[in-house]
Amino acid sequence: MSQFAINLLFVGGSFAIYIAIAIWTRAASTKEFYVAGGGVNPVVNGMATAADWMSAASFISMAGLIAAGGYANSTYLMGWTGGYVLLAMLLAPYLRKFGKFTVPQFIGDRFYSSTARMVAVLCLIVISITYVIGQMTGAGVAFSRFLEVSSTTGLMIAAVVVFVYAVLGGMKGITYTQVAQYVVLIIAYTIPAIFISLQLTGNPVPPLGLFSDHVQSGIPLLTKLDSVVRELGFQDYTADVPNKLNMTLFTLSLMIGTAGLPHVIIRFFTVPKVADARWSAGWALVFIAALYLSAPAVAAMARLNLLTTIYPDGQTQSAISYEARPDWIKNWEKTGLIKFEDKNADGRIQLYNDVPAFQQTAQERGWSGNELTVNNDILVLANPEIANLPAWVVGLIAAGGLAAALSTAAGLLLAISSAVSHDLIKGLIKPDISDRGELLAARISMGVAIAVATWLGINPPGFAAQVVALAFGIAAASIFPALMMGIFSKRVNSKGAVSGMLAGFISTVVYIFLYLGWFFIPGTASFANTPDNWLLGISPLSFGAVGALINFVVALAVSSVTEKPPQHIQDLVESVRYPKGAGMAVDH
Amino acid sequence: MIDKNKNAEQYWRANLRLIFGCLVVWALVSYGFAILLRPMLASVSVGGTDLGFWFAQQGSMITFIVLIFFYSWRMNALDKQFNVHEG
Repeated sequence: MSQFAINLLFVGGSFAIYIAIAIWTRAASTKEFYVAGGGVNPVVNGMATAADWMSAASFISMAGLIAAGGYANSTYLMGWTGGYVLLAMLLAPYLRKFGKFTVPQFIGDRFYSSTARMVAVLCLIVISITYVIGQMTGAGVAFSRFLEVSSTTGLMIAAVVVFVYAVLGGMKGITYTQVAQYVVLIIAYTIPAIFISLQLTGNPVPPLGLFSDHVQSGIPLLTKLDSVVRELGFQDYTADVPNKLNMTLFTLSLMIGTAGLPHVIIRFFTVPKVADARWSAGWALVFIAALYLSAPAVAAMARLNLLTTIYPDGQTQSAISYEARPDWIKNWEKTGLIKFEDKNADGRIQLYNDVPAFQQTAQERGWSGNELTVNNDILVLANPEIANLPAWVVGLIAAGGLAAALSTAAGLLLAISSAVSHDLIKGLIKPDISDRGELLAARISMGVAIAVATWLGINPPGFAAQVVALAFGIAAASIFPALMMGIFSKRVNSKGAVSGMLAGFISTVVYIFLYLGWFFIPGTASFANTPDNWLLGISPLSFGAVGALINFVVALAVSSVTEKPPQHIQDLVESVRYPKGAGMAVDH
Repeated sequence: MIDKNKNAEQYWRANLRLIFGCLVVWALVSYGFAILLRPMLASVSVGGTDLGFWFAQQGSMITFIVLIFFYSWRMNALDKQFNVHEG
């Protein structure tokens, strides 16, 4: 069977499962559509949350980022997992006790203000749309490489599949497809990781392999990797980072941003009890860690594999010739994600760090520039081919990458559609809408959201990478502090909350625009985006944590000089703190 | 009624103490051992590198999992002890 047929079988087979689940779990009421009926087992919800959370960025990009940055990019590992500690202790159980359907609904009720609710809706939509673009383009890349269709056609197929199960099943359909998608993606990620770890270290458990000895050289894998990258002018893989303030704030921004993402928070509305919400956060992190503990191993091993492929006789000897390059390089060259340019015309592939400090060594070796550009994103997808694994593993990776992208896309689309139908239509425009009418509105807004996401996936704005910073920054600076103060303070009132959210939102967005361009329009940045220009060395990506601090300070200051919240609001805060009497998620 | 309020307040205080303790550990393993205190742990070697690197790429995540399960277990016990648990 050809590789194409195998890929088609794996991707087609997994899609058929998702559709079958959708037909089996159709939503019949708004409660099923928004919170899957509220009776999801905490372990099942943990697994669905893991798939909901782990996006194309986690599955496809993260290991590549760590491979390129080494220790410095550990921030992604800690930042994207540490947020669950905050969710479990500071948000999820109390919001579950509150027992409504959406995040803006809590903000609106707690701060007795439809302005607060609408600010939250705005933040939610900006965050979720931004995030969805990445999922759709990720799905497009996977389709174009593995199924040999144009990425537009691939995106259309993905959109139709998501449409069927998300519009039919709502949260109920999404929950059970996410469980299936988790299984697909974790198998797809783990199998190549086990093989590559066995090949390099003889240890079948990748997280242990990372700290084991490299079989070929007999020295520890990380020591070997450090010496290989050093020979090519790169910084040591395990080298420390000089700017600790920025590293700390970036990690903190990712953590509180994660805890403030609406599509993750609403997953905790689906479990039966407050105690289940706490357990469920723990299970979610267990399932996430199954991938996140393998990722740094995959990163280090794939980087070593790549460099030993290019320099089979050692880094000071000659590189492989372009004619003799392995098939996986040929395959990925077609997608444009690997590019070769023979700068010194010797027919060989020199890959090294082309910086002034290394120029003399490079000249001595007869090199005139780095000749191979490898996009970080291909590392995981090309992993089975780099490690010479059987064809079915390649098919599995294709299905896994798509599962990661689609499961997150569906969760985001649900968050958007429930904000539109429940907060905007039912909450503001037409409060007397019937349950059936609202369900129809939810399905229509889901359909519109999918159409918009697909269009943006086909015509990605040039700033897709930057806007991800915006998503985490806004979640960290606006939503997380508002939710936390709503639970832990009885004193914060509507004026404080609204001014806090706006201050956090605006300061973060302005700081990002200063360096990345106003509204991301190229050429409009006020300062060059270099560490020398950053305020106290804080990068735009790390500013969410500062924005959150601004939100807290403004909200507390404004509240302290204005009136106390009314008694019934203080009673509401009191009630979310005690699990007794939670019951199922209900509307009013 | 007064007793009930006092009880409720004690429950909330116990929750805050527990959260505080857990978050101290949370910050220590990530911002502490993995980032700010890494140079101080450089002498402890782990599999070809140092302890700070291990915390950054493995140890912190494992600690996070333990923390959440510990918190859930303690809180669910406190719910029962203060009789605020669900039916």
